[in-house]
Amino acid sequence: MTTTTAEHRYEALPGLMELMSGDEKHGPAATSTLDALWVLYDRVLRVGPDRTGDPGRDRFLLSKGHGPMAYYAVLAAKGFVPVDWLPGFGSYDSPLGHHPDRVLVPGAEIGSGSLGHGLPIAVGTALGLRAQGLDDPQVWVLVGDAELDEGSNHEAIAYAGPAGLDRLHTVVIDNSSASYARPGGIAARFEAAGWSAETVDGRDHEALYAAFTAPHPGRPRVIVAQVEPKDD
Amino acid sequence: MDTMRDRFAPVVSRLLDEDPRVAVVLAEIGLAGFEDARRRHPDRVINVGIREQLLVGAGAGLALTGLRPVVHTFASFLVERPFEQLKLDLGHQDVGAVLVSASASFDWPAGGYTHMSPGDVALLDTLDGWTVHVPGHPDEAETLLRHAVAAGDDKVYVRLSTQSNSQALPVDGARFRTVREGRAGVVVAVGPMLDPVLEATEGLDVTVLYATTVRPFDATALRHATEGAGTDVVLVEPYLAGTSVSAVNDALVDLPHRVLGLGVGRRELRRYGLVEEHVAAHGLDAQSLRERIDGFLGVRAHA
Repeated sequence: MTTTTAEHRYEALPGLMELMSGDEKHGPAATSTLDALWVLYDRVLRVGPDRTGDPGRDRFLLSKGHGPMAYYAVLAAKGFVPVDWLPGFGSYDSPLGHHPDRVLVPGAEIGSGSLGHGLPIAVGTALGLRAQGLDDPQVWVLVGDAELDEGSNHEAIAYAGPAGLDRLHTVVIDNSSASYARPGGIAARFEAAGWSAETVDGRDHEALYAAFTAPHPGRPRVIVAQVEPKDD
Repeated sequence: MDTMRDRFAPVVSRLLDEDPRVAVVLAEIGLAGFEDARRRHPDRVINVGIREQLLVGAGAGLALTGLRPVVHTFASFLVERPFEQLKLDLGHQDVGAVLVSASASFDWPAGGYTHMSPGDVALLDTLDGWTVHVPGHPDEAETLLRHAVAAGDDKVYVRLSTQSNSQALPVDGARFRTVREGRAGVVVAVGPMLDPVLEATEGLDVTVLYATTVRPFDATALRHATEGAGTDVVLVEPYLAGTSVSAVNDALVDLPHRVLGLGVGRRELRRYGLVEEHVAAHGLDAQSLRERIDGFLGVRAHA
């Protein structure tokens, strides 16, 4: 495996994840966030390892910090993180923990792990960019369906809609892991707060791309990416 | 006399004019004072509604983009309710903010325990890297607010109170100030506790230090004071009793010493009423302080 920052293709991701897990059967299906992350980093986000400090970059905030192997694999594939960091995953000397730390991981915009922190921080990030006249950069945050149990998300959702924060995008990875799923579905929760919402197949790269790039003037946008139900 | 909080919006409004990095984040409370500033700086005066987790999280997001957020509400809803946001969204994300609280200990006794947060400074002591200013007069509050905003990307807590000393003293945002010198003990008066401490120690042969910046704790000033006044130390703090006892112990770690920590009691009084009544109930009026300081220092302190 190379240790340079050369870009890898989607097909390389299982191999990169295998470096962390040591599990040779670890295909893309084993991780709910992989496809959404890949489409974002490959085709949507205007970010790169050469511009992690650029005020004009898009911001991607991984709020669902649990199970970050897919995230690290994508960051490695895109050259943010050296591939030779991956085998140390979770060890004392590794910058790559079981929850990411922005201070340690190049390209990670936030540290996460405790659920329900990313969306409020993303709201502030969107407000901060606006206050500085940085009209171009978009703000993305990825949450899990069960993460939406946390009330802090609802403070952010209920504020961002009426505030018209149209540069804010939330990707909800829905693997049906919430014990008490929201009656009426996740998208309806956001729509009720004034968001633009779409629910798509979270494994279909073209559907994800279309949903990620659809216009939503004056409103924040949520994309609910449905994947196979969590099997434990 | 106006209150510290009366100074907050005018001072920070001027800072909004002067420094494009400054942004104010509110959760309804205190919004009226920023009406003019909000017209001038609509994108830097932000009201998130009654949402205190978002209040701190959004403040952290602003800081991540390079701004200097000033976050304000009552201490109960600024420090206690969103405490994990202070720990993670500021501390763990490695970004700074200025938190400005009001009504921390018992500024509004008729409001009851839901609006009291005497443990605010003790809670911040469980976290790394916080500067804590406790002004004792509106003029000092103004100076310390400016210090706080100007402190780079530091995490700074400014504790505003309706309790106030009659006279302002010069404050530098870092050091304790020697107000009186004696030989039989050191009394550290924090913020608005100075007037009652001066009255309580009238005629006692003690050194009185005045502390308006309590974190970092000015160990150098305390050690210096103990050289002439000995190592019996009394802390009089307007928040939870004993909050700074460990800071005193750390400062005097290599010296035999005694320390008495006075402040707001832990027991919930379940009383409404007036500030003066709560001051007395917690033994922080001049007469009660005199008795407790006398009891601790003994007759040696009588000049």
